[in-house]
Amino acid sequence: MKWSRARREQVTGIAFISPWLIGFLVFTLGPMIVSLGASFTSWTMLSPPTWVGLENYERMFGDDPLFAQSLLNTAYYVLLAVPLATVLALGLALILNQHLPGMGVFRTIFFLPSITNLVAVSILWIWVFNPEFGLLNSALRVVGVTGPLWLQSDSWAKPALIVMSLWGIGGSMIIFLAALQGVPHELYEAAALDGAGPVRRFRAITLPMISPAVFFSLVIGLIGGLQVFTQAFVMTGTAQPGSEGGPNNSTLFVVLYLYKKAFQEFKMGYASALAWVLFCLILIVTLVQKRLSRKWVYYEAGER
Amino acid sequence: MEQSHLKKPYWQTIIWCSGAYLSLLIMSGLFVAPFAWMFSVSLHDLPGVFAQPFQWIPERAMWRNYADVTSLLPFWRYTANTALITALTVTGTLLSCSLVAFGFSRLRFKGRETLFSVCLATMMLPGQVTMIPLYMFFSSIGWVDSYLPLIVPAFFGSPFSIFLLRQFFLTIPKEYDEAAMLDGAGWLRIYWSIVLPLARPALATVALFTFIGSWNDFFGPLIYLNSPELATLTLGLNMLKSQIVGTGTTQWHLLMAGAVLIMLPNIIAFALAQKHFIKGIAMGGLRG
Repeated sequence: MKWSRARREQVTGIAFISPWLIGFLVFTLGPMIVSLGASFTSWTMLSPPTWVGLENYERMFGDDPLFAQSLLNTAYYVLLAVPLATVLALGLALILNQHLPGMGVFRTIFFLPSITNLVAVSILWIWVFNPEFGLLNSALRVVGVTGPLWLQSDSWAKPALIVMSLWGIGGSMIIFLAALQGVPHELYEAAALDGAGPVRRFRAITLPMISPAVFFSLVIGLIGGLQVFTQAFVMTGTAQPGSEGGPNNSTLFVVLYLYKKAFQEFKMGYASALAWVLFCLILIVTLVQKRLSRKWVYYEAGER
Repeated sequence: MEQSHLKKPYWQTIIWCSGAYLSLLIMSGLFVAPFAWMFSVSLHDLPGVFAQPFQWIPERAMWRNYADVTSLLPFWRYTANTALITALTVTGTLLSCSLVAFGFSRLRFKGRETLFSVCLATMMLPGQVTMIPLYMFFSSIGWVDSYLPLIVPAFFGSPFSIFLLRQFFLTIPKEYDEAAMLDGAGWLRIYWSIVLPLARPALATVALFTFIGSWNDFFGPLIYLNSPELATLTLGLNMLKSQIVGTGTTQWHLLMAGAVLIMLPNIIAFALAQKHFIKGIAMGGLRG
């Protein structure tokens, strides 16, 4: 039997993508289904799962103050960190886009923190935030300000993590820079001929032209922010396992809570339910952003 | 702003440029300070760390802190562990993602577009959703406390790398395939001898991102590795932190030396391949 060319291409094509296809079924789709099922059970590492229906979800939203706290903490973190990071990254990209000599060096400086090891970075910042000997409060002391207790204070621990997150904006900055370099110069020249000033040119040309990049960076930032884990895990709490997320649970974020439920308390069913709530949250936030983006994101004809 | 390209008075340009440089200098000072401080602390002795005011340049640089931290951790053992995991992860990712991206970009088959959108959609899926069943699955087949859960999935493709490579493969003219086929080459040969050599820059970008991701990975080793001798550098550094913070012996100079050592490979990789990084990120960001 001789296969037609199209038939052969069909089989070969599937064969080429089969690593991903198998990986998707085994490492993604399968576990997703199991995880959804598990979220309706009381599954611990020690006992086999028993079906409990919606009990996990009911408990989460009715009778779990720690979950409520972790949601609030995450919202606080995301709502401050993401907009601040976007504005700062855009500002840096705008200055770097001047094509002045030496820009490459500055670009490297701003970018480097974003690719360095997050655990090492977290350890560095624990010491930066040390109230007595840390870099930050020492600098504040020089200008006559007594700095807060940062990671040791209920109210300053989250702002501390937000400050640290701003150190890692290099990725978004690069995305903005690439977008800025894609804006055709003719547009600026035409606008200048029409007498538009710098502010007007920024609002009427630059912002709309780079809005897809801003949108992308906001989406990525929100998805990443909702999953914040490592910093909180490494930087907070005492050495006692289980104390992460302190002080007073003020840095207990959703994923950290999920980790503790799964790998310290071994409540796999409840943790699965937490994971699905997180997933829905990410989905909703992304869809809402996409909806809102129609109002402000500008796509040139042919794109999208 | 962009008016540096437009004609305007000389003095205005000067003011504009000095303003830009001034703000860049202030900002880069803020960005460099933690690095510089970390390096400085790593060269102090213990009393020097707690001296008030802190001496940025120590009277005697304690380079032996670096030797001390490598013996405090089984540092070279952890480096070898991390290098092994990273090398295999990069190999697996390059191999699987290039094959898959080739299929998605150069062959025509039914269901291609649907499957590709599914592949893209999985990028949005938070890892926590699959984490628990995967952990239980790996645990049931005896893979927990081995490197297999960290390495094997890399041989089955990762969506972002597949996406990056596919975008690049699409820019290679299809006529090459046709010509090679007339010469009797099969698809595998076209993949290996035509597309892969032309796609070297994209492969380098994927290799870099995978290297950084794997070298810096914390969550994977944290849940899958229990035996101390299997730990990665990142995990080891965190264990050292817990020891030091826990026992109250605040040997921050040693911790900082460890942190510097772990950051070095990233910084070197970046210095060697800056262009690939920038291009890769821009490519990911500009898909609109």
